Amino acid sequence: MMFVQVNGARTYCYTGGKPFDPAKPTVVFIHGVLNDHSVWILQSRYLAHHGWNVLAVDLPGHCKSEGEAPATVEAAADFIGALLDAAGVQRAALVGHSWGSLIALEAAARLGDRVSHLVLVGTAFPMKVSPALIEASLNEPMKALAMVNVFSRSTLAAPPSALGPGTWVYGTGMALGRRVLASNPKVNVFHRGFVACDRYANGENAIAAITCPVLFVLGGLDQMTHPKAAQTLVKAARAADKRVSVVSLPVGHHQMTETPDTTLFAIRDFLATAG
Amino acid sequence: MPGYSDPGFDTLALHAGAAPDPATGARAVPIHLTTSFVFESSDHAAALFNLERSGHVYSRISNPTNAVFEQRMAALEGGVGAIAVASGQAALHLSIATLMGAGSHIVASTALYGGSQNLLHYTLRRFGIETTFVKPGDIDGWKAAIRPNTRLFFGETVGNPGLDVLDIPTVAQIAHETKVPLLVDSTLTTPYLVKPFELGADIVYHSATKFLSGHGTVIGGVVVDGGSFDWDASGHFPELTEPYEGFHGMTFSEESTVGAFLLRARREGLRDFGACLSPHSAWLILQGLETLPLRMERHMSNTEKVVQFLASHALVGRVGHPLLESHPSHELAKRLLRHGPRGAGSVFSFDIKGTREQGKAFIEALRLFSHLANVGDSRSLVIHPASTTHFRMSDEALAGAGIGPGTIRLSIGLEDPDDLIDDLKRALKAAEKAGA
Repeated sequence: MMFVQVNGARTYCYTGGKPFDPAKPTVVFIHGVLNDHSVWILQSRYLAHHGWNVLAVDLPGHCKSEGEAPATVEAAADFIGALLDAAGVQRAALVGHSWGSLIALEAAARLGDRVSHLVLVGTAFPMKVSPALIEASLNEPMKALAMVNVFSRSTLAAPPSALGPGTWVYGTGMALGRRVLASNPKVNVFHRGFVACDRYANGENAIAAITCPVLFVLGGLDQMTHPKAAQTLVKAARAADKRVSVVSLPVGHHQMTETPDTTLFAIRDFLATAG
Repeated sequence: MPGYSDPGFDTLALHAGAAPDPATGARAVPIHLTTSFVFESSDHAAALFNLERSGHVYSRISNPTNAVFEQRMAALEGGVGAIAVASGQAALHLSIATLMGAGSHIVASTALYGGSQNLLHYTLRRFGIETTFVKPGDIDGWKAAIRPNTRLFFGETVGNPGLDVLDIPTVAQIAHETKVPLLVDSTLTTPYLVKPFELGADIVYHSATKFLSGHGTVIGGVVVDGGSFDWDASGHFPELTEPYEGFHGMTFSEESTVGAFLLRARREGLRDFGACLSPHSAWLILQGLETLPLRMERHMSNTEKVVQFLASHALVGRVGHPLLESHPSHELAKRLLRHGPRGAGSVFSFDIKGTREQGKAFIEALRLFSHLANVGDSRSLVIHPASTTHFRMSDEALAGAGIGPGTIRLSIGLEDPDDLIDDLKRALKAAEKAGA
């Protein structure tokens, strides 16, 4: 593990069971709404033991990280830049899931050549959240949490996952959501994250501004960020002559836990290409 | 099934954790009778051992058939995951051994299965873990028993065999104020009758030998983690929150925000203590789980009829089921159990008005009820706790657990309820004659 001071706040990064080594290339994993670093455990631990520095961050105001929870994608993107500075990382690959994919996208646009690869897992643009779900996240967060986890699920029989065989992915999603929500007594990070997703408007400009190759890892059964909803970004990236890869997995919105291996392989193989 | 639907209990009991086998198309869960699993490559092997990838290595640690059972139980309980083990006793031991070592202390209910009482009162004491026993309804007693080294609260959802309903919300609150988790044995209720996590419990275990399998054919157990307890915030569990040199220097609460307990229990407890479940046993339990909702409904309805019969019989004294308003847990059962007092299960006790000889005559006159040391079978069962399951306990401890010298314990099965009542009538008549 690693704690760094970012914008004056103690920030937690999971390093995949290996100490941070400035000589290695770095990959930053960015979680989504009501998640934390632990959703990336298998992918980040593997890469940490296969030549990469891993910084799987808890976003500010989430779980082990202090600081003000970001209210916009842009603010979270600036945090990622500040994190790289604080960790002494000149160049990194960014991997984001859901809300984290928008943060990674905006950060890649802002950081330019400092980003070697961009991976957008379970992404969409615009990432509109229904008014009912936004309202529920504020006033009935447990109900909204159940809705999100039902929408995210694609199977009742996931393969061995982050906790090993015997993991009930739906239950881990519910428990993690409750834990992340409780970790910030000042701000409802559920509602704040959803509003940030819903209001983000710079996706097409951002993807046109990136200078690195981009990989889309989409769930064919994803009800939270339907693969069709990613096509705006895919087309914009291609129109701007970016190096674009798209991987479609037979999975819902829990790509990292419902199909941990295929998600890992997609990321691993993409990171092995020149950035 | 996938997508927007939110499967109900009956659907999860059939489908959670299982899909048609991708290799063969087999619809039923295959029994993976293999000790070990071939690695795709050296890198795959290393990644599995180092928890970089998830999968099966050796069946003491995990097995695909067991994993279906584990996922299904986690789904039915509302937990994050589960670990299948060799028995209910193995489940209790694994839970305790994962959380503490010598010098620790447990606060436990007096109303426990005799085997659990033995483990806590005698065996674990030898390994430096002490237990203070408290009557489950004595809320001040739970508080008074807390010591600086207390690491766990423990009770049964409905105490065996007096059916004292554990006030899980209140006991959990006391445990959490002490920054320790509440472990609950839910064997007699199953998730169909009560979901302890929804009431505040943190870890649940079952003897799957009983209602989960339901057919008296298999010994097994399972531990389910609710993922609710914050080990880091507690500060009392370095086993989960500090690097463990016994497994790659891993800090389990860092690896999994909500599943640290399960990670250590599998990676240390199953690895080192080795109380694993046979895949064949897991498969047998799964056969039972598929019909759990149907069976529990019949268990409840049969029990209602038998309780009504016994309560009105002249030779019967106390009938210890919360269905009766006179039972001390009647109101608690109404409040906490998913089906109210009838949901207190089908294992209960009653007292015959008479001598020990009359009790013996009663048991020996039964024809449908089988005299044996088990509960939760599809067949109806009977036993005399003071001379069998709880025989190591002193009279004082027996009284604390709500058991008298003449108490008879019944486990009501799935037979025609009229036949069960006929059998009881005949046996009570024999007991009456024996006292003449």
